[in-house]
Amino acid sequence: MSILKTLLTSATVAATLMAMPAHAQETKRIALVVKALGIGFFEAAAKGAEEAAKELGDVEIIYTGPTDTTAEGQIEVINSLIAQQVDAIAVSANDTDALVPTLKKAMDRGITVISWDSGVAAAGREMHLNPSSNPLIGNMIIKLAADHLPDGGDVAVLSATTTSTNQNTWIEEMTKVQGNYPGINVVTTVYGDDKADKSYTEAQGLMQSYPDLKAIIAPTSVGIVAAAQAVTDAGKAGEINVTGLGLPSEMAGHVASGASKSFAIWNPIDLGYSATMIAYNLATDKAEAKAGGSIPMGRMGSVMLDDNTEGAMADPFVYDSSNIDDFKDIF
Amino acid sequence: MSEMVARNIPDRLTSRAQRVLKSWETLLLAIAILVFITNSFASPYFLNAWNLSDATFNFTEKAMIAFAMAMLIISGEIDLSVAAIIALASTAMGFVMELGFGTPVLVLTGLTVGIICGAFNGVLVTRLGLPSIVVTIGTMSLFRGISYIVLGDKAYTGYPTDFAFFGQGYVWWVFSFELVLFAVLAIIYAVLLHKTNFGRTVYAIGNNPVGAQFSGVRTARVKFVLFLLTGLMSGVAAVCLTSRLGSTRPSIAFGWELEIVTMVVLGGVNILGGAGTIPGVVLAAIIMGMVTFGFGLLNVPGIVMSIFIGLLLIGAIALPRVFAMVKRGRG
Repeated sequence: MSILKTLLTSATVAATLMAMPAHAQETKRIALVVKALGIGFFEAAAKGAEEAAKELGDVEIIYTGPTDTTAEGQIEVINSLIAQQVDAIAVSANDTDALVPTLKKAMDRGITVISWDSGVAAAGREMHLNPSSNPLIGNMIIKLAADHLPDGGDVAVLSATTTSTNQNTWIEEMTKVQGNYPGINVVTTVYGDDKADKSYTEAQGLMQSYPDLKAIIAPTSVGIVAAAQAVTDAGKAGEINVTGLGLPSEMAGHVASGASKSFAIWNPIDLGYSATMIAYNLATDKAEAKAGGSIPMGRMGSVMLDDNTEGAMADPFVYDSSNIDDFKDIF
Repeated sequence: MSEMVARNIPDRLTSRAQRVLKSWETLLLAIAILVFITNSFASPYFLNAWNLSDATFNFTEKAMIAFAMAMLIISGEIDLSVAAIIALASTAMGFVMELGFGTPVLVLTGLTVGIICGAFNGVLVTRLGLPSIVVTIGTMSLFRGISYIVLGDKAYTGYPTDFAFFGQGYVWWVFSFELVLFAVLAIIYAVLLHKTNFGRTVYAIGNNPVGAQFSGVRTARVKFVLFLLTGLMSGVAAVCLTSRLGSTRPSIAFGWELEIVTMVVLGGVNILGGAGTIPGVVLAAIIMGMVTFGFGLLNVPGIVMSIFIGLLLIGAIALPRVFAMVKRGRG
């Protein structure tokens, strides 16, 4: 127990002796907290954040996140950011609710908190930036499948985790508009947990369970690549169309091979850029996050906030063999 | 206290193991101090009472379970279902909350579910004589599976305000309820393992189960109690974590069982049973928490932390063996 005593004594001494560490600094430190490090989408968002920082001049970006996509891991990361007294936290949440107490604490200590990509409940942030509007995405993912199935057919969804906020919302929106695509029969939804190996296995399972499967919709950048690989490995490229949301750099090969005819994504670079711009404008009191208001986000224009202080950045964009080569080196 | 154990059980390895252990705790203490000093120099934000207090949440809940797990592992068994018990206990608490019950009933529910799960593991292992590693891998899927069936992709939110005290409240100044509970439990478990007959029988069973049985130790009953304790502590951790997150999802505490076992082994507990101490586990918990927090302050990617903890763990298992080999070589 002596180390505990040492620790607490030192803490007490330190707290009394030490003035607050380097508080008044010129540079605004904006933390971009992602679901997990090492995911292409978020690396691209970090690039956008750096672009915004360069444009703004007095901004330092801290790009961070847990190793696994867990709420508990993100809370540890956020606690260390609160300790560093960063000026703003822009988070893509692993859990809508679990982060709220920690983010509330951050706001209590004067830190600007916004969520982007995957949202936090309203009590835990000042505003949320959606990459696009959920109804448009939900419609887009089924439209992508329907576009290449004039005669209709069986379609399956390969999602991230059962608790992924954004995937669940999109699938919900997709279900709402399903009636507009009469021949399309959505047979099941499976979960690859945003892990390459699990998603691959789930895609294999889909092909075995549904021999007449015509398309796999994977609204996740990890799942779509794994599914395309599984389809290619099964020798069914061209037969089963893998579509959904993916990164051009990771999907270029599968578009070329025919495993994926088209897919959609907003530009994560734009997303990281916009989130940074919003966080900066809120942290420097140049804008205010209130229902019905708007916040400027540099070259991306302005985001309009709804009653839930949420806003949409832009429409999703479709990539296919005609344009993928222009984007595959960007992100 | 350790000498008493040596005298009571003059077993083949005991005296040598005791010496190694003794030096192991000293080594842990040295590492803890080193981590503390390094962190103080590396980040201006480390030596701050509130920041350190926030950082303790990184390990308190896991450590509570680790105390009971240490005793279980010393007795030669293991429980890999602890994180799943958290999920089930938390789900049960959410269920009861939805029915309109208040905080006392919530806490009671969490603890009761923990004990029931522990009893279930205990019966399977001690009555049916099944290996605990297999049983608890099974119940790991079973308990969390029930949570997933109950909750799916939904969450329980809206816990009563006074329930937040267990995971977000402070007993005095920076000393959170969780930190105080951690300290109290550390003392209780240290006394239980090192100062009571029960504790001595745990060592006896771990060192030589057959010998213990023939010496009149009720091996099965002791092990059953240890499973109950591990379940109970998982229930306690579930109360704290649910309160801290203010919500329940079936993915709560995902992957914690391995972090808890890591904590126990790093604390010097022999994974094969028979040796280990509570002070060692306390030190290991503090080291893991402080390393995570220190790296977090420097915004080191989480994967580097995992590598560091992995190396510590391998060191923890390999070092005593290397020492033993060197000794044998000389002798």
